Amino acid sequence: MLKAERIRERILGALPGSEVQVNDTTGTGDHFEAYVVSTAFAGKPMVQQHKLVYAAVQDWLQTGELHALALKTYTPEQWKKLGPR
Amino acid sequence: MTPELKARFDEEIRSHKIVLFMKGNALFPQCGFSARALQLLQPYGQVHTVDVLADAEVRQGIKDYTNWPTIPQIFINGEFVGGSDILMELAERGELAELVSGKKAEG
Repeated sequence: MLKAERIRERILGALPGSEVQVNDTTGTGDHFEAYVVSTAFAGKPMVQQHKLVYAAVQDWLQTGELHALALKTYTPEQWKKLGPR
Repeated sequence: MTPELKARFDEEIRSHKIVLFMKGNALFPQCGFSARALQLLQPYGQVHTVDVLADAEVRQGIKDYTNWPTIPQIFINGEFVGGSDILMELAERGELAELVSGKKAEG
């Protein structure tokens, strides 16, 4: 069973300087959602942004320890445009 | 993946503006995510669908082709867009129309 914080640390390690929020969506430690804001996403199609994040947790996805990670990825500019949340 | 299968994917994706690899077909989607993807795409034009359940080689092959682990998979203007999550997000952000019209290269 995974903790949201461990996933967050992995993503931060892969994308230094990013803002990351991870939520356990089912409370069962295997389905999570993550909001990631990173300058590394600039100019990249969303599919490439998601691949960058998935790469950070690929081993957990492969073993099935992490069953699902729903992603929302933004550049800092896009995130700012969304306004306060 | 065989070269023949890769050539088939190249051709399907090159010859249609919107391509959806899905479970089931447009009339009878066999999965909620595939149905949702189809619904999101249809306002933007003719959607060419490929039923991955009809052919096990295609079902695994498309995942190898894109290095993306899930079905459905969406291609617009010859580019791999992603799965249903990404499609939904692009629709919410109002970026889907731009992607189909090709007016903007990327988001």
